[in-house]
Amino acid sequence: MTARSLTRARPRARVLPITRVLPLAPALALLLLFLAGPIAYCAYIAFTDLQLTGQAHASYVGLDNFRTAFTDDGFLNAVWLTLVFTVLSSLLGQNTLGLALASLMQRASKPVRTLTGGIVITAWVLPEVVAGFLLYAFFRREGTLNALLDALHLPRQNWLFTLPILAVSFANVWRGTAFSMLVYSAALQEIPKEITEAAEVDGAGGWRRLWHITLPMIRRSIGTNLMLNTLQTLSVFGLIWVMTRGGPGDKSQTLPLFMYEQAFQNSMIGYGTAVALLLLLVGALFSAVYLRLLRTEV
Amino acid sequence: MSRRPTHRLAADLALLLVAAAFCLPLAWVLLSSVDPDAGLTVRAPDGLTLGNFNAVLTTDVTFRPLLNSLILCGGGTALTVVCAALAAYPLSRFRSRLNRPFLLAVLFATGLPITAIMVPVYALFVRIDLIDTFQGTILFFAASQLPFAIWLMKNFMDGVPKELEEAAWTDGASAFQSLTRIVLPLMGPGVAVVTVFSFVMMWGNFFVPFMLLLTPDQMPASVSINEFFGNRGMVAYGQLAAFSVVYSTPVILLYVLIARRLGGGFALGGAMKG
Repeated sequence: MTARSLTRARPRARVLPITRVLPLAPALALLLLFLAGPIAYCAYIAFTDLQLTGQAHASYVGLDNFRTAFTDDGFLNAVWLTLVFTVLSSLLGQNTLGLALASLMQRASKPVRTLTGGIVITAWVLPEVVAGFLLYAFFRREGTLNALLDALHLPRQNWLFTLPILAVSFANVWRGTAFSMLVYSAALQEIPKEITEAAEVDGAGGWRRLWHITLPMIRRSIGTNLMLNTLQTLSVFGLIWVMTRGGPGDKSQTLPLFMYEQAFQNSMIGYGTAVALLLLLVGALFSAVYLRLLRTEV
Repeated sequence: MSRRPTHRLAADLALLLVAAAFCLPLAWVLLSSVDPDAGLTVRAPDGLTLGNFNAVLTTDVTFRPLLNSLILCGGGTALTVVCAALAAYPLSRFRSRLNRPFLLAVLFATGLPITAIMVPVYALFVRIDLIDTFQGTILFFAASQLPFAIWLMKNFMDGVPKELEEAAWTDGASAFQSLTRIVLPLMGPGVAVVTVFSFVMMWGNFFVPFMLLLTPDQMPASVSINEFFGNRGMVAYGQLAAFSVVYSTPVILLYVLIARRLGGGFALGGAMKG
């Protein structure tokens, strides 16, 4: 049902009665003032040299901030780490583990299904900062992971120091897998049983069924899920902040943390905002793709 | 057919393994919160104590931050739900050529990384004197949660048949009356989902209050929890764990509440799917 075909049927509805627009007003006002406003302001100060301290007027500096960014090792490092973090935790981690859990759950017995679902969802519902602390404790030198490795006579590591980006990626998998699991569980339930059974009778093994039947049938959910996971992962701040503060050095400093450091610790609001604008553009790109995937449903 | 039971057993075992791995950090926080001598490793407590809870359940450490959280998230959620319900009504009920672009814009906004705009929001709030105020933070919370709330609310509202309202309209009810007396009561579970979801998102949000509030006394629990790490060097892990439990319990209970109502929590995944 598209709005277009309906308006065509009623061409007189051009002038909107005030009572029909009025209910939209509060939401519209909030969105324009506190969401669209800051985005426009973002696009403006990204081109200035605004600083936190003591300067009377920020002046227009053109593309200087962006030029600085692309020659700044810190920025390029942050882009690279954001890419690693997103691919590891969202694409490979949450997405694959979520699908695996959802398909295992279809075959598992009910108590196990409920128990696993409950634990995984609890990790998702926990406040971000608490999740950060739990995984900080888990990965610390004297934490649970190393205790486990000792018990198995495997070499221990100071994970937050040697491989911080891996640790925070795992943390994000721990925290975010439930969402993919829920999306895929819903999608898998919509596949008619007859189709899987027919393939089974024809002798298709598990992997072939997955590749030729299941994945093509849930491809829309996969697309949606990947987009939403990526968007969520791009904006992770609290989790990394609590676990490593972006450190040691800048070894886990993804773009949001880099942006924060430039804007507030280095007092370069203009430069920090330019980084924010780039992050926003990447987010907008993913969001637009997500919209395309849903286009038939709006 | 004889393969089925082994299949099930294999699936059960695999799931239990994942569950155990996911459970370790959760077990740490629960065990440490009652351990008089908590460290960073999951282990059986040295004894059971409520000392950690007693130590953190004071005005400064727990009650004031939780009250701040409640004011911020309660205010933000109320504003979000009211605005979303009002906005969803014309979008769901009246046909207009503006509906589609508006909904597309709303959906587009749900995807934007809010983290990225916090620096300009900070600069803006300094300029318009909303920095370090509850009302400013509440307004921003509401605005950031609105796109998704409008989207969810509109979808739930579409599920309420129009015929019921038409009867009320013939009896002379206004659009506002039919919204509050007929539509909203009929979509109770939908309103509950939007409310709980908005509240949970705000309750756990760290970055927004971290940026927009400055006075320590105004900080919600999501920010004040960092005090445990302070500059004092020694961290009282047992107390940190106890505080984490106290701070997390409300949102877990709220989630259980709506998950029950919606049959297993899968509805949210479905709703997110569009």
